[in-house]
Amino acid sequence: MTGALLLQGGRVIDPSRGLDQVADLLVVDGKITAVGAGIAAPAGSEVRNVAGKIVAPGLVDVHVHMREPGNEDEETVASGARAAVAGGFTAVCAMPNTDPVTDNQAAVGFIVRQSVRAGLARVYPIGAVSVGQRGEKLAEFGEMVGAGAVAVSDDGRPVASSHLMRTALEYARTFGIPVADHCEDPTLAAGGVMHEGLVASRLGLKGIPAAAEEIMVGRNCLLAGLTGGHVHLCHMSTRGSVELIRRAKAQGIRVTAEVTPHHLTLTDHACEGYDTHAKMNPPLREAADVAALRAALKEGVIDCIASDHAPHAYDEKEAAFDDAPFGIVGLETAFAVAHTELVLGGVLTPPALIGRMSTEPAKIFHLPGGTLAVGAPADVVVLDPAAQWTVEPATFRSKSHNTPFAGRTLTGRVLLTLVAGKTVHDVGAPKTL
Amino acid sequence: MTATLGKDLVGLEHLTPEQIRLILDTAEPFKEVSERPIKKVPALRGKTIVNLFFEASTRTRISFEFAEKRLSADTVNVAATGSSVSKGETLVDTAKNLEAMRIDMVVIRHPSSGAAEFLGQRIRSNVVNAGDGKHEHPTQALLDLLTIRDKHGRIEGLKVCLVGDVLHSRVARSNIWGLTKLGAQVGVCGPYTLMPRGIEELGVKFFPRIEDAIEWADVLNVLRLQLERMEKGFIPSLREYYRVWGVTPERLERSPRPVTIMHPGPMNRGVEIDSRVADGPHSVILDQVTNGVAVRMAVLYLLAGGRPELADAAKRGAE
Repeated sequence: MTGALLLQGGRVIDPSRGLDQVADLLVVDGKITAVGAGIAAPAGSEVRNVAGKIVAPGLVDVHVHMREPGNEDEETVASGARAAVAGGFTAVCAMPNTDPVTDNQAAVGFIVRQSVRAGLARVYPIGAVSVGQRGEKLAEFGEMVGAGAVAVSDDGRPVASSHLMRTALEYARTFGIPVADHCEDPTLAAGGVMHEGLVASRLGLKGIPAAAEEIMVGRNCLLAGLTGGHVHLCHMSTRGSVELIRRAKAQGIRVTAEVTPHHLTLTDHACEGYDTHAKMNPPLREAADVAALRAALKEGVIDCIASDHAPHAYDEKEAAFDDAPFGIVGLETAFAVAHTELVLGGVLTPPALIGRMSTEPAKIFHLPGGTLAVGAPADVVVLDPAAQWTVEPATFRSKSHNTPFAGRTLTGRVLLTLVAGKTVHDVGAPKTL
Repeated sequence: MTATLGKDLVGLEHLTPEQIRLILDTAEPFKEVSERPIKKVPALRGKTIVNLFFEASTRTRISFEFAEKRLSADTVNVAATGSSVSKGETLVDTAKNLEAMRIDMVVIRHPSSGAAEFLGQRIRSNVVNAGDGKHEHPTQALLDLLTIRDKHGRIEGLKVCLVGDVLHSRVARSNIWGLTKLGAQVGVCGPYTLMPRGIEELGVKFFPRIEDAIEWADVLNVLRLQLERMEKGFIPSLREYYRVWGVTPERLERSPRPVTIMHPGPMNRGVEIDSRVADGPHSVILDQVTNGVAVRMAVLYLLAGGRPELADAAKRGAE
């Protein structure tokens, strides 16, 4: 027996089994071996008192940009995985809009190898839908799945061709993977840099109308209905999208959806003063959209939270709003932002939040994890729901610091992250890994 | 000193009515300087000003340059083409290099909205926005306000309608802020495709038809229609635009009152405005150009720390 660890007296939350009680959790040989009251520590095991803390399955993020290969100055699989575990994530899915594009089995295998070498969070590659993400020819889904891909997506850009999307949904059925789409009508969104509305009109910035997203959400739901394929809708941002998803789910269409912490908490007013850290695609929308997204997440119309972690070098964001790239980092703030705004804000209970950040995303992408079942790999996170901290981007493990939450005081902190029983992040330790 | 402008003039949205009136009132004594045989006062002697133009401009750049020279400032013009800017230098680097040369003011025109504010936050020198993307063009709106005040003796209570491509117009945005702050009623008129979302929430009345706008307005400020708007599909043709929205003598004749005609230039005669209107008795288009120099002198003078009550003395060189 090696590396036994007993987490004693925490609030153990396991949405996969509807568990929420004060209990001990024992990890032996990288697996969860017991959950319950009064577990005796085996000889030689480490015992940690986690009373008052939450013990939960490791968080799962189905939408992360690792920038490797191609932009290793902004992020690598290793630095992204380090940021992930610091944020409580034990599994993340890497989008394929790398350079070159992750659109074949060799490229997918490279991500897997880099993940294993880093030995931190599990990094699951997502393969491209189309060769080169050019939107023309299907990539080799079968070979990519064989090499370790868990989904396909052309994220960063939409699958513009409805015919290609239809084919992708049909072809993916054989391999049981979701097709994740960045929903955006490219002709409506062309040149836009923020939400189309009064703020954009005042700032003189070209807007991206809500309809640009909703048209593609509607199309994707119709095509999923037509094909029986599983469409996963990335980073939903509008109240209209919520209604379309609600209707599709009621019809039994295989559609799942994610929402980011920033779309759940910020509006287009964050763009005032031309703050490029509020520039992302889809853009931050209006208060009514935020309210609808929160309600949809609570109801389950939207299945999960995903960070859309999008690292950019500091000098790229140091530009006029039109010229700055889209996207913000999110791995190290996702839990605390969601906990502060949604749990303390009365939208979700702690078990519901863990469900939306761990159990549900694992389930819809068919990933191991999201559970504290006995016998499961010990991907576990210990969270302090009372700890307050201030976001200081300079302390991020990510190579990039582009966040609109800098300076915010948040409540809820990741104390300890275990991947397969191995401690990969530990605030209590003298130096984090 | 009761009101000052602060470090930069980025736009009119965040100015108070008092600050706008301060600029207009300070411009009054400077008007006369341009009427003299020797058009020069020493108010900004020893100050260095860079005119940093990332977009082609003739009239605005020349107007600023005259304003600077008539205040005795030393000026340098930097155009985007042929400079390091066109070699991929970022706005930040351009700004820092200028700062390192110890300049006092930058007049910037840039195709990106927010560029002037961006620059102002990063350098110690005063920054004057000479037009940023589709955001603001504050000195144009100020000269429009001054011209309206000259013509009508007041701004408060007047009905001023901006006609044309409001969506892409920084002139329109600055005019909306300036006019509403000084108590005018503001209208906008043009095709729905060229109107910004939520424009009426800014307290602006929208007229789909030019006939209704003319019937309502005391002043029409006719915006330039960029030819590329047709190429990008916002309107089907210039010919149709003229027929539906063109400001013509026939349409103006039906107005119950004489309508003052303004245009920020350069004009597309026969597209947004008929030549007979542009050259007609109610046109103040060239007065706008004249006032542009005085308004820019006032802005530069105030930003440089000039005391408004001494503007009259400053022009005599007695400060």
